[in-house]
Amino acid sequence: MRIVKVLSIILITFVLIAGIAIPLSPAPQGLFEFPIIPGLEDKARNIFYHVPIAWTTVLAFLVSMWYGYRYLRTRSIDDDLKSVSSAGLGFMLCILATVTGSLWAKFNWGSFWNWDPRETSIFVLLLIYGAYFALRSALASDEARARLSAVYAIIAGLTVPFFIFVLPRMVAGLHPGAKGDVDGSGPVLEFKMAPNMRVVFFSSLIGFTLFYIWLLTLRIRAARLEHHVADQHS
Amino acid sequence: MSTIARTWALVVKDARSELRTRYAMNALVMFVITSVATILFAMREDQASPELLAGMYWVVVFFSSMSGLSRIFVSEEEKGTALALQLIASPTVVYVGKLLFNCGLTLLLTLAVTVLYLIVFPGFVVASLDIFAVTWLLGSLGLASAATIIAAIIARANTRGTLYPVLSFPVLIPLLMTVMRSTIRALAGEPFENALGEFQVLFSYLLVMTGGSYLLFEHVWKD
Amino acid sequence: MDGRDHSMNGIRLQVTDLRRDFNRRPVFQGISFTLDSPASLAVTGLNGAGKSTLVKVLAGVIGPTAGTVAYQRAGVPIEIDTLRHELGFVSPYLNLYDEFSAEENLRLLSRIRSGNEPASATIERRMQQVNLWNRRHDDVGTFSSGMKQRLKYAFALLHEPAVLMLDEPTSNLDAEGIAVVEAIVAEQKERGLLVVATNDESEAAWCTARVHLSGSGGNKR
Repeated sequence: MRIVKVLSIILITFVLIAGIAIPLSPAPQGLFEFPIIPGLEDKARNIFYHVPIAWTTVLAFLVSMWYGYRYLRTRSIDDDLKSVSSAGLGFMLCILATVTGSLWAKFNWGSFWNWDPRETSIFVLLLIYGAYFALRSALASDEARARLSAVYAIIAGLTVPFFIFVLPRMVAGLHPGAKGDVDGSGPVLEFKMAPNMRVVFFSSLIGFTLFYIWLLTLRIRAARLEHHVADQHS
Repeated sequence: MSTIARTWALVVKDARSELRTRYAMNALVMFVITSVATILFAMREDQASPELLAGMYWVVVFFSSMSGLSRIFVSEEEKGTALALQLIASPTVVYVGKLLFNCGLTLLLTLAVTVLYLIVFPGFVVASLDIFAVTWLLGSLGLASAATIIAAIIARANTRGTLYPVLSFPVLIPLLMTVMRSTIRALAGEPFENALGEFQVLFSYLLVMTGGSYLLFEHVWKD
Repeated sequence: MDGRDHSMNGIRLQVTDLRRDFNRRPVFQGISFTLDSPASLAVTGLNGAGKSTLVKVLAGVIGPTAGTVAYQRAGVPIEIDTLRHELGFVSPYLNLYDEFSAEENLRLLSRIRSGNEPASATIERRMQQVNLWNRRHDDVGTFSSGMKQRLKYAFALLHEPAVLMLDEPTSNLDAEGIAVVEAIVAEQKERGLLVVATNDESEAAWCTARVHLSGSGGNKR
């Protein structure tokens, strides 16, 4: 666990500094210059933050779904605890992803929101998280809450592939990789990133993932303690 | 096979009950009429484009569904008859029976809205009947499928009325987005092949939703 | 399955270390017993001790948090779906459909239970037994609580169940109704399994075995 914490701090710090400080230049020399991507220029830096956060929120949801499924199998409230802890983190990350995406959209495409398929899908994920918590707060017993929110998470999760794979192909969108985008192909990875940019990008991806894992373990520990205290007092 | 007979018996029970109490039908009819009337008032003399009409069509269908499709489970909880069903029917029988009922109800609903739109909005012309028919079928069944499992989930909750659309909407968005596109194609008179992409999506949505619901239903139904 | 043919003999209910939680606390735990038909079991305890919950777990309506409930006949396990055909259940929490008549309830629900309706003679016999035959065409919504309780008995017995579970057997019943229940109980005790959940000592005395729920999650036999 210590490795996770230390590594995540190092990576994110690196990304924060490198992502913002490394200058752009039309003919990049060596490791410490990024190429200028036509149309994006400095705005390209957002890719180091927005995409990893978006990735992490999807990861958090998948983890939440997984532990929901485990609860249905084991009926152990500890699995539900893990599921809801991950969902809480995912919710916050989703808000961050939506905000960073919206800011980028404003600077790149002119307006804060366009209903591009990827924008829509992050919004839908936000709605799913909101619905998940609304459902939980409307249920009386711990067992019912765990059971039904696990089922909902799985059902909602079944629609996620439609957003990731199907709709962006169908509907012309602004994101790279959507239908109608001649230059870009597939998701961001084939974006015109120079090798040093890739280093920063993947560091960010790994760093945020590790950070999520760290926070998740903290939340689970706290939730377990809460349960323990509540059980003592009853 | 006995399971088929038992499932059909449940559908019959629900249908007869609905005909007697008109619990859902009243809500659906009133909702459709008032929402279409409201749209008419708002539009006055303006002609709506096919895109707008297609969008409004599915908005009316979505919200009408939210007012009527949860009855199938909520009424069992409210009347306290859920225990009787739990005792006598397996989760499969309950799920398939309720799903079939909701499918029938949704198909009727969308048909009624279609007829109403044809009468009321001159711009709503179904130029490609084949696209529209397939859209009607796949869209209604997909909607019913998602709406049924969500109805089962919220039936056990406290604030059922508001919770139902909150939970249903995110899950239904892939369906709604796709179905609006193919409706626009139908109104624009496009050839059938153009809509094949949408039909594939609708069909896979229906399979995924129904399959997933079937596998998970027991966990919703049995405490 | 015509619901009348199966042997009531040789059915065994084996419960091992049964536990059910509510809000992470056990409603009851450590419940173990074996019943071989013909046999009768009383589940006693104060209100709120978990009697109704235990009966629901035994009937397969609620799942246990831990432990097992197993039915078998001649060593062959009975699946829960088959159990539905063999189980009759009466409880204050059970409600039939207000919008249908008494007879319609019995017919429709029987079709859901087994895929076909029982013979009209059977329906008449059971409804006569609970003194509701002349009210068979009236909507259950118009029934008094006592009449509804009697109809629940008619429905529970319609398919000659090998296992009969009664939660608060005489609630809402007058002396005449109670007599009907006592006759039903006497018959079932000799022919199959009977489980009665009650806090009335005289009703508990109908049964030869007893499980007592102390209400703090424990039990004693």
